[in-house]
Amino acid sequence: MAVLFLPLDTGAGLWDPLLWVLGAAVAGAIALLLYALGEEGFRPDTARADPFLSGNPEPAKELVHVRSGNLYWGFLSAMEGYYRRLVPLHTGDLHDYILWYMGVTALFLVVVVIVR
Amino acid sequence: MTTSFLVEHAPALMVIVPLVAAFISPLTQRFAPAVRSLLVGGALALTSALALLLASDVFAHGTRIYVFGAQAASLAVPADSGGIPIRIIFAVDPMSALMLVISAVSALAVVLYSLAAERRHSGLGSFYTLFLLMVTGILGMVSTGDIFNFFVFLEILSIASAGLIAFRVDGGVAVEAAIKYFVLSTIGALAILIAIGIYYGEYNALNMALIAQRMQFTLLDQLALVLIVAALAMKCGAVPMHFWTPDAYSMAPSSITALLVVASQASLYGLFRVAFTLYGITLNAACVGWLIIILGVLSMVVGVTMAIPQKNVKRLMAYHAISQTGYMLLGVGVGLAVLGNQPLLDTFGYMAMEGGIFHIINHAMYKGLLFLTAGAIFYRIGTYDLNRMGGLGHSMKWTMVFFIIGALAIAGIPPFNGFASKLMIYESVFAFNPILSVIAMVVSILTLASFVKVFHSIFMGPVLPEFRDVREVPAPMLAGMGILATIVIAFGLFPSTVVDCLIAPAAHALADQGTYIAAVLAGGA
Repeated sequence: MAVLFLPLDTGAGLWDPLLWVLGAAVAGAIALLLYALGEEGFRPDTARADPFLSGNPEPAKELVHVRSGNLYWGFLSAMEGYYRRLVPLHTGDLHDYILWYMGVTALFLVVVVIVR
Repeated sequence: MTTSFLVEHAPALMVIVPLVAAFISPLTQRFAPAVRSLLVGGALALTSALALLLASDVFAHGTRIYVFGAQAASLAVPADSGGIPIRIIFAVDPMSALMLVISAVSALAVVLYSLAAERRHSGLGSFYTLFLLMVTGILGMVSTGDIFNFFVFLEILSIASAGLIAFRVDGGVAVEAAIKYFVLSTIGALAILIAIGIYYGEYNALNMALIAQRMQFTLLDQLALVLIVAALAMKCGAVPMHFWTPDAYSMAPSSITALLVVASQASLYGLFRVAFTLYGITLNAACVGWLIIILGVLSMVVGVTMAIPQKNVKRLMAYHAISQTGYMLLGVGVGLAVLGNQPLLDTFGYMAMEGGIFHIINHAMYKGLLFLTAGAIFYRIGTYDLNRMGGLGHSMKWTMVFFIIGALAIAGIPPFNGFASKLMIYESVFAFNPILSVIAMVVSILTLASFVKVFHSIFMGPVLPEFRDVREVPAPMLAGMGILATIVIAFGLFPSTVVDCLIAPAAHALADQGTYIAAVLAGGA
């Protein structure tokens, strides 16, 4: 039974997930304590919880939900050069799939035979 | 008595049970679908029990040999055969046993899910026949000690998989994905068959142990090695031969996609088995090891970066499957690269292999789980388009919890299982080449970023008007996801036990070519 709780030896160090869980539980308890020390009179269903949008009415939440296509726009823009080259390789054409496979096989053959 | 009988015949029964059930399944379908469900579930439960029984025996007593057509394993090499094991032999060493357990347990979890998820569709008699044939193919591939037999099981797997990828037709798109998969698989299988012909012509044998014993690493052997490694790397979705993967994974029913992940692990097993057992130290380990490492790094980086811009949740997950396969290739590739150097093998080589092999089992569990959650969402809202989703966390709480578990595991967040195997890979690969380790860590960060996007897109936000009536999926689907989620958590919390009892023996068995040859040719450990 004791062996079940041994830390994992990674060769360069030890990893003890149970200790980590214990640490996470302690951190959670502290967070809960801080939460309990908060303002008791606050009620989320009042106007105090509404966002202030320069005096404009708040649109319905369904209308402003951020969809998947809007996420990581910055990352994708920054990597545009990379994606401009990578995405077109995925043509969906079976001939290309076969050519890639044949090409890699030929390359492997050259490398394995030369570096014998 | 019964237990010893079962253990003795388990290698054969593991393949026979799903195979027989596959052909009985359509007959039961004609009379009562409930009987068919019972048959399919029962067959896979029995297969899983046999896998666990066999694995416990193998890990306790060593490699188990099963000789078809002989009364005992000691008759592996008949007296009048000129020293050649002429019969088909199954050789289950710790590596095979581990793969058997992964495959059988995953198949059981997937079928539980599938019985509920596929209930609304027609043609289920054929569906489950192909499903069970797929399982038969996977189990045969990881059990057999005969290279031609490996090819036969690979073909069974490919044909059944192609049928299942096309199962929903989907305006012809699913059929197109299946044709792509099938054509590539057939070309790959043909390459493997040519390699087998080379071995047979050179060594007059099809038994892997005997070929390994006689291996000369001639020019023809090098050609055979390249043909097999490239074909199996393509089958497991390694970049740049991965193009079929997103097509097939996204068009197959989700339960089948989860099983396709296990199938790709079986191909990975075949690749490792050929490199380590068939060739071992006779090959230029550093050269082939580096080839596998390069495939691994390409798979990790291209897989994850292609996943980020995807809008279809299953295509996104398919690219992540490619990326995770890269970790396994990296870990085991490092082990292979230092195979001839015992000090390096002891210092970090075995650890890298253990990390790679541990990642195989972890990946089968959490990726299977993630594909099942994607299927659960499709089951309720009928789309995989992330742009059309949102707010489902309000109505599908259990699915959301299972998704979080799978997503954190794949991103390598502690204390889930993905973290433990990735940590082993990071630290051991760092000792080999720090840059590779840094790349692996960056890929993990990008994986987390990608799954944060998916989580937000599917589950966060207000309840959308079109999904106001969405409910949680049926209990059997939750049970299937629950089994995999439990394993993900358990393997994350007790990694040391898993590594010591399952992974380390498997890694050492894989690296120890001599013991495998001796065990097979002597008829058992």
